[in-house]
This record gives sequence, structure tokens and C-alpha cells, in this order.
Amino acid sequence: MGKAITQREGAVMILGGGIAGIQAALDMTDLGYYVYLVEKSPAVGGVMAQLDKTFPTNDCSL
Amino acid sequence: MVTNADFLALDGKPGNFTAKLNIRPRYIDADACTACGLCTQYCPKHHSDAYNEGLSITRPIHIDYAQAVPATYYIDPSSCMFLQHDTCQICVPVCQSHAINFNQKPESRDLKVGAVILSPGFGKIAPETLEKYSYGKHPDIVTAYEYERMTTASGPFLGEIKCFSDGRHPKSMAFIQCVGSRDLGCDNGYCSSVCCMYAIKEALVTKEHDPEVDITIYYMDIRTQGKDFDAARERAEAIGIKFVRAKVADVTPWENHLKLTYSTLDGQHKFDSHDMVILSVGLESPKDAQKISDITGIELNKYDFCKTETFAPLETSQDGIVVAGAFQGPKDIPESVTQSSGAAILASTVMKKQRGKGTVNKEYPDELSVTDDDEVRIGVFVCHCGINISSVVDCPDVAKDAGTMENVTYYTENLYSCSQDAQEQIKNTIKKEKLNRVVIAACSPRTHEPLFQETLKDAGLNRNLFEMVNIRDQCSWVHANEPVAATAKSKDLVRMAVSKAARIQPLPEQTVPVIPKALILGGGVAGMTAALSIADQGFHSVLVEQSSGIGGNLQNLKNTLAGDTVVNHLKTLTAKVKKSSNIDVVTDARLAQTSGFIGNFSSVIESGKGTSKKEQTYDHGVIVVATGGHEHRPDKYQLGKSKKVMTQQELETKLAGRAKNRAPDSIVMIQCAGSRGDDLTYCSKVCCNHAMKNILKIKEINPESQIIVLYRDIRTYGFAEDAYLEARKKGVIFIPYDVDRKPEVSSKGTKVQVDFFDSIMQEDVSMTPDLVVLSVGIVPDGTEELSKMLKLPVNANGFFLEAHVKLRPVEAAVDGIYICGLAHAPKPVEETIVQAQAAAAKASMPLVNGYVTVDPIVSSVEEDKCIGCGICVSLCPYGAIQMKKVGKKKKAETVSASCKACGICASHCPTFAISMGGFTNEQLISQIEAFGNNKVEEKVNA
Repeated sequence: MGKAITQREGAVMILGGGIAGIQAALDMTDLGYYVYLVEKSPAVGGVMAQLDKTFPTNDCSL
Repeated sequence: MVTNADFLALDGKPGNFTAKLNIRPRYIDADACTACGLCTQYCPKHHSDAYNEGLSITRPIHIDYAQAVPATYYIDPSSCMFLQHDTCQICVPVCQSHAINFNQKPESRDLKVGAVILSPGFGKIAPETLEKYSYGKHPDIVTAYEYERMTTASGPFLGEIKCFSDGRHPKSMAFIQCVGSRDLGCDNGYCSSVCCMYAIKEALVTKEHDPEVDITIYYMDIRTQGKDFDAARERAEAIGIKFVRAKVADVTPWENHLKLTYSTLDGQHKFDSHDMVILSVGLESPKDAQKISDITGIELNKYDFCKTETFAPLETSQDGIVVAGAFQGPKDIPESVTQSSGAAILASTVMKKQRGKGTVNKEYPDELSVTDDDEVRIGVFVCHCGINISSVVDCPDVAKDAGTMENVTYYTENLYSCSQDAQEQIKNTIKKEKLNRVVIAACSPRTHEPLFQETLKDAGLNRNLFEMVNIRDQCSWVHANEPVAATAKSKDLVRMAVSKAARIQPLPEQTVPVIPKALILGGGVAGMTAALSIADQGFHSVLVEQSSGIGGNLQNLKNTLAGDTVVNHLKTLTAKVKKSSNIDVVTDARLAQTSGFIGNFSSVIESGKGTSKKEQTYDHGVIVVATGGHEHRPDKYQLGKSKKVMTQQELETKLAGRAKNRAPDSIVMIQCAGSRGDDLTYCSKVCCNHAMKNILKIKEINPESQIIVLYRDIRTYGFAEDAYLEARKKGVIFIPYDVDRKPEVSSKGTKVQVDFFDSIMQEDVSMTPDLVVLSVGIVPDGTEELSKMLKLPVNANGFFLEAHVKLRPVEAAVDGIYICGLAHAPKPVEETIVQAQAAAAKASMPLVNGYVTVDPIVSSVEEDKCIGCGICVSLCPYGAIQMKKVGKKKKAETVSASCKACGICASHCPTFAISMGGFTNEQLISQIEAFGNNKVEEKVNA
């Protein structure tokens, strides 16, 4: 997404880049909007990125 | 994506907000950093690795994990020698791409946005709360987060589970549930809703590591109320994980063991020793919840989570600001993902006039032409997947072997082929080495093929010039104990893929226009909410309801646990639906027939009765299935036989009436009557809340009423736990029963008798209450017939299956069909509304886009060879093959957009006239021959 034009119309801000924020970002994009995904840490992913497997199927979380 | 950013202020109004951010410097130029990791190797300062929960050491200059996005390193100023003490700077000359820049300054940025979605997640339970379990006093007492990192193959111990105290492998482990949740000591009265699941998961994973290890889970109630979650608990019990219903009072270090003191329900105090204790810590409200509330003006609830209403679960108290995920209340991944989609449609409604104005379409380079005349140049990339593959399979050997194969002009290895830097490397290699086929030996194409195909497109190659080999699942995982054989098998698989790759052809990508209308099946709260949300986006829908009026189960409910009066909301909702010019409601109606595919469905709707019966055909692009469910009526416990036995729903109606004796003096409630191993195998999720709601109502009407609740586990998850606490405070007695010792109900004249074993007093009890109330569970409505018509799979209990339980919770396996409400699984009204909004969001996407892209792997019929026998048409499960007339003969033809590429037609065609794109006979035969070729080589070598 590079250097964003801050004055663009049709943009939404999503505060928090965990699984909820990422999914919301993807969905807003698919619904036709520009997304600013704002995350306080250096990378998105949140707690889910720290998980090894997921319940109940034990699929890999990453 | 704006990372390392603090949210400072928000001004303006819905449709026109200005958000103020402060972006902290990374001290590394994101465009220049190649994520090579050299800087971390040279950095001399230690830094506690927060990603690994402090279990390992990293450096101030680092990246959290290899797949991190953005894949740019950063410097943590809190421990960097230069930023703290003005010395060092070793990293600067080390970096070959000159990416390190200590002159970076914090940058303030204003964003103009139409709406805001809050998804800040959750916080951590304060360490003081953990102290009572001796956390911090003994190294073998760990939190579940720390334990999660320990079991992870790519974690600090490479998946080895050991005691921190002396490095031995623990033989006996204990999980303590409800640490920091359902805990009034730390003011967290709520249930965190996820800990039971992750504890069972971690216990199961531990058993995989070491089947001999003894695991005990100490719990109050096991709350596996989610769809198919109980089955995992049963699996855990079956492999010997022990579940002990007890309150743990104390954990004391005792030699090199840990002594647990706990009390069981029957009042006994017991002790047990374990090697390791894992604290199942709950989800706290996010650390900056109060700050977010101050900036945005949104209200918080008493636990500092975002305050929302039952009938508007994603709306904050401020217009234009919506919420999703754990900030709305503790919840698991699928619930969070569902809420995100729901929040997206709400945000979209706020700013729909601005739709499309801010987006930039991604552009791809022109596709390089690849023809039969071109020399085949295959590049092979072998992924280590950290150590997930390479700890078993000899990856360098596999890559080297690939290099000896015909047509392979390039081969290499990657630590993580899926990382962002690896994509750049693959792109550059394709260009530099003039590759026209790519083979990646890594994990499952199910999860990663699209990513790599996108990389091919970025490099100007058709995305079908790609073969993926799964050497993780099929080699390193299943043959974990046979590294040599796993390596040999990896080589075989790569050789087969290379052989096939030499024969693959580019396949054209097609797009199909979408009819911008929706069909919604079911006029309950789910269907109505979905219809309204889609209408808000500006699209038309037909709402098909089988009964004579819309409203569904909401018509039977009187009030909610939160105290809302249902009838008012129902009236508003139905009025909105009826008023909307974008919604046509058809009652007394059913779907008689449907055909077509995403974007182009055509359905016949039968409506009316007797002489006024009629049929109408409706063309639409998507289908939302919201057919609902109803209360299960078990043929036992004297239900329907005695007037003194009723269901919770019947009781709710009775309590809302005016009958004098509607809340009698003595009541017994039986939970899971018919559920969880009775007639139904699953938990219906709503019954415990339903019971609490009725209990509190009874106590309001008749405070003297003596209520006994016989239960298996009380599952008042989330904030509903408050109601459970209130019920206990009001003197309601809760007695657990065992599944093989169920309570019995019998009629004695006009009286009704309940016999049960009192597990608290340890004695058999027989009583004749004024009323017996059954929590009976929920069954789906008519999913079987619909499942056949729409080709939608259902689970063992008749609920529709989602495409992916975690990541695609409202999409069906068939494209263009979305599921919500009770047809998906039992759930309370709040979750139904969220799911309906999410389904509407997903359904709106193709409608907004106006077209769908068709997967190029479809069947195609060679007209010359086709004899028009029609076998394929009769066999296709998706209705994707039709007969057409060519001259005087009949020929088969594929409807590309409906084709799911299952291959049934191709395998049954008697004249081999049908082939599958990307899986032609020639390609498959070459793969099989390549497998055999190895044997020849071995013989030659011998």
C-alpha cells in the first residue's frame, strides 16, 4: 500500500491488526473501499500469529 | 497498512472523520530491508523476545517471525545501545542494503476516513492475579501463552516440552482453568470463552509429543459450546486426558514438583503433585481500552470491553464507529472473523456513497506467452518451513536431486517459501532465469497455492504454470520417524511434479457477470437481518419464508438475558423489511428448484396454498441460507405427558403471561435434556443462558421460589456469566449430574417426581416439584432437502457445513451460497445477527464487483470425440455439464462457472473426450511414469 494519500475519499480506518482487523480489512477491500489498517506493533497478525495450532482441528495457525 | 502507529485523536462525523496518528520510527527503511537477518546476527545486545513470550532472547534489531507482515526488521528503542547510550551502531555497516537509518523521526499523519472499525483485540491478565498460583515463584508454572510457544515447532525450544527448572521432560502436567476469568478476586466476573478450547488443544498436542504424559485439567465447567467442540473434548477424554471438576486453592513448589491443593464439589480437599502447571489465563480487556474510549467517545461496559446491545452487537455508542473481535467481548477466532465481516458491512453502509472512490486496482504485468515451441525451463524451490520440513526431510538433498532432472534449469531452497521476501526472490528468479514453469515443494496447496500463483502472475507468468508438492504433510509429518524414507519420497514427489510441469499449459482466466440480486431463504431474524444489510448496500433481494409471516423464532421469545423486550425489536425489524423497496417478501413459500452458479442463479419459488398456489422464477447472483431451527422435543422426561413438565421456551411464554401461579414455589430444571449424548450429540449453546434468563424472571416474580438446576456443565460463556452468578446469589441450587447417571422424571398421578443423584451431598434424592423445566436443545429445520437441492454438505447433526471453520465461517462450500443463523449451528440471537451481517457482507462482494472470476481448472469437452451419450450430465454433482445440439448430434458442454473441477465427468467418459484443465491424461500419466522411473535408475546404479 506504500505511501498513502491521506486525503482520499472512500477510505476506512481499522484500528488493530489482529485476525479481526485483518479480516475486516480484506472484507472492506472486497466491498470496494480503501483501507488503513492501523497497528501499534511493528507487524500485523496479533495473537493468532503466536499460536501453534487451532482448536479443534489442530490446523496450523500461521 | 500503517504499523508501529499510535492512535491519538479522532474528529469529524460519520462519512467524514479525521484520525490523527503518530507513527513511531522503525529505524529501518522498509523499502530497502531485504529481511536477510544479518543485522540481528551482529547486534551485540540481548533483548527479551516478546513474540516468544519472553522464553527466548532476541536482539533489539529483529523481526518477530519469518512470515511477519510487513517483512521489515525494526529496532526496539528500549534496548538499542545507540538509541539508549549513543554507542555501538554495529548494524549500520553490516547491512548490505543500507537500510538502517537512525535519523528516522516519529511521523504524525492525518487520515481522512468515512468510518472506523475498532478491532484492538484483548489484553493480558495482570501478573498479580497469577501470583496466587505461585506464578513467578517456580519456573515450572507457566501461562498457556508461554506453553503454546513451547509446543510450537518453530518456537524457542523447537517444540520440545521440558521443565524450566531442570530440563527434564514432564511426566505429569496440570492445567488450571479460569485463571483471571470467572474470578471476582480480580474483578473479572466474565467467562473468557476460549480457555477450555485452547487447554484441550494444548493437552492434545502434548499427548502427540508424548503419549505417556499424564495430563489433568482442573475445571469448574468445561465450556466447549461451539459447533462440534464437544467432540474434541470427548476425543481428549478418550485418549486419557483427565478432567477434574475442582477449584484449585493453591500451588506449592515441593522439591522438584508442584503440589496442587484443590477442593472437589463434594467438599473434599485433595492434593496432587505435578511436574508442570499451566495456567489457562483468560482474556482481559485491551490495555488501551480506556484510551480508545476517551478518543472516540465510545462507551465501555463494566469490564472495560466495548459496550454493545443484543440487537446491535457490532455498533458502538458512536455513529460511524463499529467494533469487531475480542474487544466486543472475549471470543474465539471464528466468532472474531464473523464479526469482522459483519462490521465491514456496517462500515460500508455508513459510507456507501464513497464506495470505489478510494480504491486502486492492482495491475499485473502482461502475461508472457508460453507455447509448445518454447524451451521448457523449470525452476524448483524447496521449502524448509523453518524446521517443520527440514528436521525430517533433507531439503538440500531434495533440491540438488531436482537439479539433475530433465528441463530443470534452476533449483534452490527457502527457509520459508511463503515469506514476503521469498516471493520477491521467486519473482526475480523467474525473470532472471527466464523460467516458464515453477515447482514449489512445501506445504499444502490448499492453503498456499493461491499465494504462489499470485507471485507467478506478478512475474508475468500464467498462474497455471505452477505445480506444488506437499512434502510437509505427505513426507515430514506422516514419516516423522523415518527421515531417510521421507527424503526419498520427497524426491519422488518432486520428480513427478517436474515431469508433469513440463507438460502443463497456460490456462485462460475468465470472468462472468453477476446478476446484482440475492435470494434469501428463511424469514427469521437471520434472514431479515441479511436482507436489510444487502438492501443497505443497494441490492435487491427476495426473502422466502415457509410460514405465513416473517419473524421466525423471535416470535417465541419475550425478553433477552440483557433485559431487552424482544417484541419491540421484532416489530422494528419486520417493519423495516416490509418497508424496504429492495426487499420482496414471499410467505407460505418454498424453494422448488434452483440451477446455475455464482453470479447467475435461477430459482423457482413456489408460494401460496390451494388455488392461489403459484410459481415464480427469480434470477439472482447469490443465495443466503437462513432456514433456522426449532426446539427439539425429546420423547422422555414426561414431556408432553405431564402438564407439570415443559421446555424453557414454554416456560418463557408462561412467565410473560399473567397466570397467578406462573412462577411456583418449587421448580427443578434439567439441562441437556436430549442434548450432549442424549438424543442429540451436541451442545445447543443457548440452553444455559435460556435457563438463567427464566430463573431470574422467576425470582423477580416469586423470590421465594426454590429452584434446583441439574446440569452437566453450566455454559454461560462471556458476559452471561454475570447472570449465573446472580442466580446463585439468589439462592438457586446447581447440582451437576453425570451422563451415565441422568435424572429421571416420572408421573405419579397429577404429581411429577424427579429422581437424581445429588453429587454434592453424595446421595440419591427424590422430589416432587411443582414444575419440571427441560433445556432441550435445538435442531435444524429441513436442511436435508435443501442440502440436496443446493449441493451443500451438512455435518453429522444436520447443520450446514461452512467452507472453513476458522477462516470462512459463513461461506458454503458451493460458491455464491452463504449460511447464517440456526441452520449453521445453535446460537443465541446476538450471534445470529452478527452472522447474518457477515453473510450479507460476503454475499455483497460479488454483487459489488459485478463479476466473478472463474477458476481456470475446469473440465472441457473435445467435441469430435464426444458421442453424446450423456453419462457425464447424469453424473455431474454440480449441474455443470449440459447437452447441446451440434448439427444433428448431441454433444456435451461444460458450464465453466459451475464446474468445481471434481473430475467425475472426465473419469467416466467412455471415449476420453473430457479432460480437466491442469490435470490432463497426458500430464497424469507422465507423473505416474516419473514415479516408476526411479526404480529404473536404482537398478542402473546397482
